[in-house]
Amino acid sequence: MTLERPYDEMEQFKLSEGRRLWRKFLRNPIGVAGGVILLIVLAGAVFAEYFAPHEPNKQRLIARFKPPFWAEGGSMTYPLGTDNVGRDIWSRIIHGSRISLIVGVCAVGVSMVIGVTLGLSSGFWGGRVDSVIMALVDIMLAFPQLILAFAMVAVLGPGIGNIILVLGITGWERYARVVRAEVLALREREFVQAARAVGVSNLKIVFGHIMPNTFSSVIVMATLQTAQAILAEAALSFLGLGTGRNYPSWGQMISLGRDYISIAWWLSTFPGLAILLTVLAINLVGDRVRDVLDPRVT
Amino acid sequence: MTAILVRRLLRLIVTCFGISFITFSLMHLSGDPVAMMLPEATEADRQILREAMGFNRPLLVQYGSFIGRAVQGDFGQSFYHRSPALPLVLERMPTTLLLTLFALVLAVAIAIPAGIFTAVRRYSVVDHLATVAVLLGQSMPVFWTGIMLILLLAVGLNLFPASGWESWRATVLPTLTLGTFQAPLFLRMSRSAMLEVLGLDYVQTARAKGLGEWMVIVKHALKNAAIPVVTVIGLQFGALLAGAVVTETVFAIPGTGRLILRAINQLDFPVVQAGVMMLSLIIVGVNFVVDLFYLYLNPQVRIS
Repeated sequence: MTLERPYDEMEQFKLSEGRRLWRKFLRNPIGVAGGVILLIVLAGAVFAEYFAPHEPNKQRLIARFKPPFWAEGGSMTYPLGTDNVGRDIWSRIIHGSRISLIVGVCAVGVSMVIGVTLGLSSGFWGGRVDSVIMALVDIMLAFPQLILAFAMVAVLGPGIGNIILVLGITGWERYARVVRAEVLALREREFVQAARAVGVSNLKIVFGHIMPNTFSSVIVMATLQTAQAILAEAALSFLGLGTGRNYPSWGQMISLGRDYISIAWWLSTFPGLAILLTVLAINLVGDRVRDVLDPRVT
Repeated sequence: MTAILVRRLLRLIVTCFGISFITFSLMHLSGDPVAMMLPEATEADRQILREAMGFNRPLLVQYGSFIGRAVQGDFGQSFYHRSPALPLVLERMPTTLLLTLFALVLAVAIAIPAGIFTAVRRYSVVDHLATVAVLLGQSMPVFWTGIMLILLLAVGLNLFPASGWESWRATVLPTLTLGTFQAPLFLRMSRSAMLEVLGLDYVQTARAKGLGEWMVIVKHALKNAAIPVVTVIGLQFGALLAGAVVTETVFAIPGTGRLILRAINQLDFPVVQAGVMMLSLIIVGVNFVVDLFYLYLNPQVRIS
């Protein structure tokens, strides 16, 4: 009996690192709220066919420009109204979440791989490698990402794969800069010196010992960059350089609404709110993840 | 100091070359620029254009002649306007720069005082409200903000025109759109820079010798808090210009951004190249000046 209390306390300390961070994350209601919104959006994207009341591209000219259900002339058949050819806005928003999320996550994946690799090489090998990579970073910094992306999409043609590729290769410089700075500090640490002393190969030191230590800042950046990528995709779609006309995307819906702004306010308003909510949720989660993983920055 | 300057200048030149190379490569990204320009032409016609445009030469030679002409301000004839590309870009540049400048001034005028205030009155109601505003502002797509402003202030209340750039009234909505796009970041930066400085010893000393709180802030804290804020404003100039391009489209403003976007849709490469190159050079120039300013402001760098 007397031994039980100390045992319980030991249990507390036995929490794995992941569980500890997870608990820390859950302690903040705002971060959790962001997470819940994000899960809802994610569920909507995955099960779009089940949640959407109508087929997103189905036109019903007889029901064009129906306002949202609370406005005069609106009904629950089309909860957020219909567009110029009678497509259901609500269903299109649900389906549009797929484009935003896929592009957001994949584009960040591409820039993360490029940026982390270049950052690691730059920081670890230094010298000429470093100069070349940093010159590349300077060039990328000088280019307005969006404008470069417009031009590249125009040449490569619209389509989801091209958008991901273009946003990926125009958005890696932040990862490279941050990872490089971390490597410069890590390189001199004892565990790296020790690994080198016992004859571990350079590649193994970089990927096995240094890279894992940059993960927390990379995860934080990646989360926040996903929000930026979603905004960039929306801008490209808005300008007609998006993922194509076959599948609804939020930016494209807003662009259509711009043409009918004086007669149908709901066309632009709701897809924009969808972007706002999704990006906000990701930012909230990202800020919280940063607080949890990287206590130095507040 | 001179050594640093020389190194920065060298880097500037390398950057300019890199930019020109990427701008040049844009056209060749698809593999065959002629096939893209003349999708329905016969191979013989394509061959004629290929020779006329010099696409049959090795890439490096083409790049060399591109650079050679670009330095003299010659980006070729616009396919669509049938006039030299660079003047087309340059004559629309003032509009774009003016929009950017208005937005920058607005963003700074809102964000910096708000940032200082929220730092000084940390955890006050205003601070919490500002935090919410920043979060919302950073999550809004800039073009949607513009459309919502049109909906409210142009269509709804009929206060301002929904498009154009001819009168001062027409500049209000675009400026608001682009300004609110940048303000959140500036606010966050100036708040955290100010908080950091307010905790330092020398600020405590100023307080201890009996200076009034606002005197401490204005005369002592502000100077040091300005360094990171100025750097961020400079670094954000690129994002601001890109935002201007989108804003011009929303409000149908006849600026460089809309010209470039249209040229992109028309595959009018001389205009795209001239436009992208000019915008990038402006950003590089601004960043360079900010860099120098930073060197000047930061005594640690200045003395070494």
